[in-house]
Amino acid sequence: MKMFLNSIIADPERVSRLIDIAQSSLQPLLKGAILYTIPLTLITFVCGLILAVLTALARISSVKPLQIIARIYVSAIRGTPLLVQLFIIFYGLPTIGVVIDPFPSAVIGFSLNVGAYASEIIRAAILSIPKGQWEAGYSIGMSYPQTLKRIILPQASRVSLPPLSNTFISLVKDTSLAAMILVTEMFRRAQEIAATNYEFLLLYLEVALIYWVICFILSIVQGRLEKRMDRFVS
Amino acid sequence: MISIKGLYKRFDQLEVLKGIDLEVEKGKVVVVIGPSGSGKTTLLRCLNILETPTSGSIEIEDQTLDFSSSVSKKAIPPFRRLTGMVFQSYNLFPHMTALENVMEGPITVKKESKEAVRKKAEQLLSKVGLGDKLDYYPFQLSGGQQQRVGIARALAMEPKVMLFDEPTSALDPELVGEVLKVMKDLANEGMTMIVVTHEMRFAREAADEVIFMDGGFIVERGKPEDMFTSPKEERTKQFLRLIQ
Repeated sequence: MKMFLNSIIADPERVSRLIDIAQSSLQPLLKGAILYTIPLTLITFVCGLILAVLTALARISSVKPLQIIARIYVSAIRGTPLLVQLFIIFYGLPTIGVVIDPFPSAVIGFSLNVGAYASEIIRAAILSIPKGQWEAGYSIGMSYPQTLKRIILPQASRVSLPPLSNTFISLVKDTSLAAMILVTEMFRRAQEIAATNYEFLLLYLEVALIYWVICFILSIVQGRLEKRMDRFVS
Repeated sequence: MISIKGLYKRFDQLEVLKGIDLEVEKGKVVVVIGPSGSGKTTLLRCLNILETPTSGSIEIEDQTLDFSSSVSKKAIPPFRRLTGMVFQSYNLFPHMTALENVMEGPITVKKESKEAVRKKAEQLLSKVGLGDKLDYYPFQLSGGQQQRVGIARALAMEPKVMLFDEPTSALDPELVGEVLKVMKDLANEGMTMIVVTHEMRFAREAADEVIFMDGGFIVERGKPEDMFTSPKEERTKQFLRLIQ
């Protein structure tokens, strides 16, 4: 680090070169974020959440086979590395004739992942709602799906907002793994640019900073949402 | 109006109701008393099918559920709508205002129009003395006010029978009166009511009949003045001595 800094200070030409590279790389990096990192995150999170709610409902249902399927799914996803899962989908499946493009492969891999982790959050949140709320819903003639949708999930979503935000923020960063299966998202672009000019430290710092800014904005949004949802509790 | 025949309820090894037979006429107010564990709350919850009886049958207004054979899941929600339930711990929906709590059933279950339901809900909340608290969330209301919203919420579904499960047991003493008053008004309007309570004054003033339960049986039943002054059964005497 000291050598790096010294070499920079001693060499004004290097400084202006670094500034040039930082500036010119910003646009392709942001393009990678806007075209791939952010859409990948959003699509995946929505698909993952739907999967998570279904999995959570399966786990708390009284139907044994559903419970078992949900348990195996969560266990398998949580028990294997995300990168290995992505490789299985993108590099593994073609050997049995299933060829999926990079972006959809990433969507499938990350959705399965979010689904498994978030299902535990949602399951815990649903179980945290007092039994009396179900009974109150039933007592005014509501069915199971009506009670779930109108009474239980709105309350459970408040409980699960902080841990789900955690999952979401992790997901933003995890999408950098999609670089490994050829999705030209932000981190892959940083790698490609660095490979042409050898300024690895600069580009990886730059890309780290952009991730940080995105996550920082998200945590502000999370704070606002929490405040909004807390309006009905003292 | 209500006819319960041979009702049994068993939780695993524990038999809580051991053959309950009970008839309640339209417009009557029945107060159920008894020691804890006597099965009185379970009886009430069976009427609303929050507990599924092990066997026996319940008839309310020409509709009958017979639990001796298996009951289809589809039959339960319409049967529940015959009765309105008021809970000991209110169980209001915390994410909805008082008005929204009352409107929820008619809108979601009966699919009535929003404007009509709003009007009805406002009237019901005024009736229970909360016309000025429409937009309050449950946490902003006292226990007595929450319980009155609970009563209005149950009434909004226009039930044939109102069931009260120890509606004042969770309340501070000074808040009991406002809830009992609403219940008495309801009784005077001719609502059929089954009330599990420890409020003996309410039983004396509003009940047409008092039922004493113990150990899963109905031990004794009679008019309140007879029950309180000259109970026949030894267990009833003991219980009344303990609470008075």
